Amino acid sequence: MDIFYNWFRELYEATGINLPIFYNTFDRERFFSGLMMTIYLSAVSLIASVVIGVVGAWLQGSKLVWTRRIVQVYIQFFRNTPPLVQMYFFYFGLSALLPTFENEYGFQQPILGAFAWACISLSFFAGAFNVEIFRSGIEAVPETTREAAESLGYSRLGAYIHVILPLAFRVCLPALNNNLVNLVKTTTLAYAIAVPELLYVSGQIWSDYANVPEMMTVLLLIYVGLVGILVMSMNRWERAMRLPGYGT
Amino acid sequence: MFKKFLTSTVMGVAALGVGASIAAADVLEDVEDRGTLIAGVKADYPPFGYRDSGGDIVGLEIDLAEDIAERLDVDIELVPVVASNRMEFLEQGKVDVLIATMTNTDERAKVVDFVEPGHYASGTNILAPKKAGFTEWSDLEGKPVCGVQGAFYNRRTQQDYGAELIAFKGTSEAYTALQQGRCLAFVYDDAALLGQLENEEWSEFEMPLETIDESPWGIAVAKGEDNFREMLEEVVIDWHGSGTILELEDEYGINNTPYAKRMHEEYKSE
Repeated sequence: MDIFYNWFRELYEATGINLPIFYNTFDRERFFSGLMMTIYLSAVSLIASVVIGVVGAWLQGSKLVWTRRIVQVYIQFFRNTPPLVQMYFFYFGLSALLPTFENEYGFQQPILGAFAWACISLSFFAGAFNVEIFRSGIEAVPETTREAAESLGYSRLGAYIHVILPLAFRVCLPALNNNLVNLVKTTTLAYAIAVPELLYVSGQIWSDYANVPEMMTVLLLIYVGLVGILVMSMNRWERAMRLPGYGT
Repeated sequence: MFKKFLTSTVMGVAALGVGASIAAADVLEDVEDRGTLIAGVKADYPPFGYRDSGGDIVGLEIDLAEDIAERLDVDIELVPVVASNRMEFLEQGKVDVLIATMTNTDERAKVVDFVEPGHYASGTNILAPKKAGFTEWSDLEGKPVCGVQGAFYNRRTQQDYGAELIAFKGTSEAYTALQQGRCLAFVYDDAALLGQLENEEWSEFEMPLETIDESPWGIAVAKGEDNFREMLEEVVIDWHGSGTILELEDEYGINNTPYAKRMHEEYKSE
């Protein structure tokens, strides 16, 4: 491993291409922890946003006017505001109004930290889009299918879970795919509220070494890889769920 | 055929590159032709560069930038920059000169050319609640400490003193985070922290540690702009010799710093 790391030091000396994330222990560790943070943040918000989408789409079809209205307000609020503004609003604005707790040093500290707010903001932001994406899938399920489920004695929730959602999922997967790809890329905004993810640690590193071109290239390649993995697994899922004769 | 095309293209591009570097070799002439000096300055760093109540950028360094423009007999255009983008602005020619509280470091000197001597100097210190009772840098170990992205001492704060650094994009975010209790201290330039401490809202706070690594700030120009740099060197020496820097410190309510006094002594006879 040391030979591999030293190769990058020699590369720097020979060509001026400076990648301290390989040959310097401190930078390697912080870059790796940044990568892990990005993956963690993406995974949490990805799952949460899909759950929000599924639940939101179901509530949207509710018979109660106020439930539908609340979902609509939620969608409008989170879809119409930039995620960066949301993060600033939550982290500096809203959290000042929330209760604080006394930390181990005897000072008052807000209950939710940067990571929590980034997760909340990203999940709700992508979730708002997911609700609409799932709605498009649900509306693509023929009315006759719904009626058939009802005539078999399904309740509204039962029909949603066992009949409509599985069919709707297949219709809206491509759109969901798009939105989740966007979500992974949007995690970079969390660096504005000091969540130590990839862009944040890279910024620290290029401030120390003035190696912006190298770090930008590394960042770009990593995101191509991360999004590639996501797209690949989504496509695999899409193929596995394909129903012969449905949606063609 | 293809090879020939390739060679001519490569040569064409190379010629363009050479042409561009010759054309850009003298910013001083560009500034005079344009009639405007574009200076990159801080807008979030009172009292050196900040926005007044009318939204205009003012401050000690802005006065210096205006003085340079006056000596060149051109107008001034101020472009607000932050630590993490200022060198790129200069490299890409978006600004002619940087007077942006920029510490002269070896790493940076590889990318830009600094004017020597420095027009000012600062060290690193922290702003912390008096209640926290910090007395030494090693007290920061394991504690959450706010900072600003791109500052050179961030690394040292983490690596040597073991602090858990939380770095924000700008100073206002870091000050807010400190007040909200998201960190126990804010590590920053002592000169700027001194300016803040005068405000009522920071009365419960102090700058308790010994200032470390006093280092000169440099005016920066793009690599290879020797004419401009030499001209600025004379200007900076004149500022020190004539006591301009000391007067500006008085004007902006800063105690005369040891560095400014030392430089005045050194150059006043000239």
